[in-house]
Amino acid sequence: MKHARWLVIAPYFLLTILPLAWIFLTSIKVQEDTNSRTVKFIPSLAKEIPDDSRRFTVSPDAYTRLEEKHTGVEYGFYRYLANSVIIGFISTLASVTLGTCCAYGFSRFKIPGARDWLFFILSTRFLPPLAVVMPILLMYRQFDLQNTHLGLIILYTSFNLSLSIWLMKGFIDEIPRAYEEAALVDGYSRWHAFVRIILPHARTGIAVTAVFCLISAWNEYGFAMTLNQQQAVTVPVYFAGLQGNISGIPWPQVAAGIIVFVAPVMVFTVLVRKHLLRGVTFGTVKQ
Amino acid sequence: MTSQPFLEICNLCKTFGGIKALDDVSFSVAEDELLVVLGPTGAGKTTLLRALVGLEQPDSGSITRRGEDLARMSPAERDMSLVFQNFSLYPDWSVRKNLEFPLRAPGRRESSADIRERVSTVCGMLKITHLLERKANRLSGGEMQRVTIGRAIVRRPQLFLMDEPLTNLDAKLREELRVELAVLRRQLKTPMIYVTHDQAEALSMADRILVLAEGRILQTGSPREIYEQPISPVVARQLGQPAINIFQAHHDHRSLLTADGTVIATGLSKGAAPTCVVGIRPENIAIRGGATPATVEVVEDMGASKIILARWGDQHLHAIVGKDCTVRSGDQIFPIADSTRIVIWEEGALARASRP
Repeated sequence: MKHARWLVIAPYFLLTILPLAWIFLTSIKVQEDTNSRTVKFIPSLAKEIPDDSRRFTVSPDAYTRLEEKHTGVEYGFYRYLANSVIIGFISTLASVTLGTCCAYGFSRFKIPGARDWLFFILSTRFLPPLAVVMPILLMYRQFDLQNTHLGLIILYTSFNLSLSIWLMKGFIDEIPRAYEEAALVDGYSRWHAFVRIILPHARTGIAVTAVFCLISAWNEYGFAMTLNQQQAVTVPVYFAGLQGNISGIPWPQVAAGIIVFVAPVMVFTVLVRKHLLRGVTFGTVKQ
Repeated sequence: MTSQPFLEICNLCKTFGGIKALDDVSFSVAEDELLVVLGPTGAGKTTLLRALVGLEQPDSGSITRRGEDLARMSPAERDMSLVFQNFSLYPDWSVRKNLEFPLRAPGRRESSADIRERVSTVCGMLKITHLLERKANRLSGGEMQRVTIGRAIVRRPQLFLMDEPLTNLDAKLREELRVELAVLRRQLKTPMIYVTHDQAEALSMADRILVLAEGRILQTGSPREIYEQPISPVVARQLGQPAINIFQAHHDHRSLLTADGTVIATGLSKGAAPTCVVGIRPENIAIRGGATPATVEVVEDMGASKIILARWGDQHLHAIVGKDCTVRSGDQIFPIADSTRIVIWEEGALARASRP
């Protein structure tokens, strides 16, 4: 049995790592090696390599030239990365904050029609988001939210809020009421009990929710493309735009950009993996 | 007794979905009194404490402390400490952090030095100084309960509320801690309401016992009063181990007999109703000198005494005898109750007691 699990893990690992590995290899090539006649995938430090070899010369070019402005695009890569960072992190912060507060309310107080509210909140996920792209486009035009960071932040926050509320409600339900009741009796206000007791005990849930919200905002493409010309374009839209580039697709730079783009999410996930893995069982509640 | 009581509870009612958790509960607590609330599971004991501390809003009734109405006060303002039945400490915090937590509440402005001082005083009282830096989930059950009690007393509240604090401990620890707790409370001179379903705790700790069942107060009084003069079979069964013997009986010439003719006691001084329900504590039964024989079924040797379970006519009988008694199972005995110590209730008492 112990070895059998590798039958599942190994193919899955290959499946997920291969595209990433290929992108990484591409990012250290020069343009000519990306569309050469022979497929080149063995990195080498040698300067002169024959055309029909599987080897290619490693070059940091793509990374150093990320800022280069391509034909028909207004800014370099880092400007778009900054857009992604601003929009991704602020919308994540907003959906987790609002979601946690809402979830706490649903979890701890008697709210008239709580079940219906929760179902309504969940039902906002039933629709594929892009189905409402037209009305949203019209609304955004009305309110001058097109081409703004704020527009996408509001949009991603509201789309992630339902996920955030439902996830956080699950986690907060797991925290015994006695935890905060003890704090209330000990002289704490409801707000202080929430900050001092509930938030620290819900940090696993907060981390998990934040990962999901960030990934979904970070990778979103449809709305980011529809609601933007230049100002708030995020990295996915920028790369997609490069595909029709008149002067050819700059594959090494696209690949290098992807590596840089994926890195923050990977780092973030690795940072909170302890919380992702840590259960939500809280040890010594007397049963 | 003319002085104002410390705490006065009047006509407290609380309903949960049609079930009366508290049904017109009124009582008072004196300064420096340990009141034990005794009752079976579901009697409303926990609801009572939660209403007192402000975690539950009563439907009606009032709670006053030294004449001051507590109804609109938040739990924090009420300045009581509550030891919960199913929660003791924040498991991922150290003992020190747990003990300091009540002292670091936003309203109190205490210097770190004061906090340290108070924590170390409490640790000294409870002998937990060596545990200070340990995480709460690394404590044994007894240690944890000591720290929990420490947490309750560290901020010197005006009233202690304890919700079965020792229930989850083993018997030996429970006895040890209940004595310590009673001594500690006397030192602190703070009134305490102690909720339990354990009759031994109630008898040994209480200044006064309040018997609660189905949300109603059945009787209040000193442990002695409740033990010796319970007002109903339900109250009588709450106290005593083994449980009190309860028989349906009738009077005949100053004797008490059951329906099958078993003679329970003779020489009663006062005449009562012709038919009645009687309660006899096991220690008030002599196994010699009676008129009706009984067959011994089991003899339990408790060390200091022995408990005899016998078949007495149509009844089962528990009796406590001295450790030197040589009666064995199968033997015949002639039990007779001490007529001065029989508790007599009116006829309907048993039927009312067994209603669902």
